[in-house]
Amino acid sequence: MITPSVALALRALRLTLRRPQFLIPLFLMPSIFLAVNTGGLSATTRLPGFPETTGFLAFQLAAAMVQSLMLSGLQAGIAVSLEIESGFFDRIVTAPVPRLAIVAGRLMAAAVLGAGQVLFFLIVGVIFGADLAGGVVGALVVVVLGALAGVAFAAIGLAIAFRARQASIVQGLFPFVFAVLYLSSAFFPQELLGPPADTISAFNPLSYIAEGLRAPIAYGMDALPILEGLAMTVAVIVVASLLAVAGLRWRLADAA
Amino acid sequence: MPPDTQSSMPVSAPPAPALPKSGRRPRFVDPAAVLVLVRRGFNEILRVPGASIPGAIAPIIFLVGLTMVFGQATDIPGYGTDSFLAFVLPVALLQSAGFTGGATGVNLGRDIEQGWLDRLLLSPTSRSTILAGLVLSAAARVLIPVPPLLVMAIVLGAPMPSLVGVLIILAVVPIFSAIAATWASVLALKFRSQQASPLIQASILSSILFSTSYAPLELLEPWMRTIAELNPVTYVIEGLRQCFVGEISWTVTWQAFAALGGLGAVFVTLALLGLRRFER
Repeated sequence: MITPSVALALRALRLTLRRPQFLIPLFLMPSIFLAVNTGGLSATTRLPGFPETTGFLAFQLAAAMVQSLMLSGLQAGIAVSLEIESGFFDRIVTAPVPRLAIVAGRLMAAAVLGAGQVLFFLIVGVIFGADLAGGVVGALVVVVLGALAGVAFAAIGLAIAFRARQASIVQGLFPFVFAVLYLSSAFFPQELLGPPADTISAFNPLSYIAEGLRAPIAYGMDALPILEGLAMTVAVIVVASLLAVAGLRWRLADAA
Repeated sequence: MPPDTQSSMPVSAPPAPALPKSGRRPRFVDPAAVLVLVRRGFNEILRVPGASIPGAIAPIIFLVGLTMVFGQATDIPGYGTDSFLAFVLPVALLQSAGFTGGATGVNLGRDIEQGWLDRLLLSPTSRSTILAGLVLSAAARVLIPVPPLLVMAIVLGAPMPSLVGVLIILAVVPIFSAIAATWASVLALKFRSQQASPLIQASILSSILFSTSYAPLELLEPWMRTIAELNPVTYVIEGLRQCFVGEISWTVTWQAFAALGGLGAVFVTLALLGLRRFER
């Protein structure tokens, strides 16, 4: 189980790194929004109720991270549905490879990519003057949480991809990534959001994941948001992985 | 943006007639040929509906989402309005125009991959006709997502623009879409592939956002203010913004059209050079 999972994870990583058109949405788009939000809306830290942070850039880094990780999950879904369309999935299924390795391999690749994504934004943040409140330990916590969040979003992408019949259906979910982001506290403090985002964001798991990533960067090593973020990330991994495995079984039954 | 996996459908085209005996390509724009190319551009909506999604849905999501998230920003003095929706509506309009124009470049990349542009260039059609057909189709297509976007914004509380404001919107948005299509064509001709799609969309989005998109000039960080002052799209956004915030001014209006004229002149020249280079 471990060997084929690692082999499939390495293949997924190689394919992602080989295609810059897949990497641009993961790094360039969130970087553009990070720059624009920071350059255009830094004055909002003056608003009454805005939490005390080490700076607006530090505050926005978590938004860029979850945006990048969510797009990465969508890319994982697109990649799997393209493999289904191209027939590669059928060849893997007929090979002596445990079925669960198909899911596990993708999720392992997502963990590595997720860690790399958050590390990239941490480095960008430090270069442009963000003050990491949690220091080196905080940065390590962010990398671990980022890797886990990468797994969570990839599992969601896989669950959708196994059920969708075309890659274009998964691809069409791109705008909804932003809808989910805007209905969370990823970009702005929950207390300052307008309706209905202020209410919905309290129930949106993404809010807790974003706050978990944000705390060590912008506020300090406050245990509560970090543990809440960790718990929510693990919960999403469990639920989405079960849905992904169920989707895989459905796909196999449908193909039989 | 993710790569457009739907765009690989074959596009049938009648065999193109050969160049005239003189071997010289006509220099002037042929309106009939332009109309045919514009009609083909409209067919893309039916043939590749997925490619229209960014131009239609994304600006609505951005507009509503940004207003929900950053709506309180107008409590900071300097915005000139208490409606963030009204403040960012011009950004959503330009995003719609930009994404629609960008899709034209992505489609051109596909046409290049499939050899359709080669056949078109063999026909007795001037390069300016080909370019005009491409960019005017984008200008016309953007008029489809813009009315629902405007109506939705007004329903959500944006002020109704005056008649002059509507005329400015109906002029600026299609022209910007045509300019975005020209820029997208420059990139498509350079990279000769649909894989230029992320670069096309990212460059157009950046040109819109690195401006006074989210806040007035005085509230921007110094580095962002410098970029916004140098970015011609800032003047286009301000030209549209006056239709919803404050009063319409002749100075702001002509600055917007001057910026559009400058961008158009540069990108049309680059695109025609790109077509010439492509032919060689």
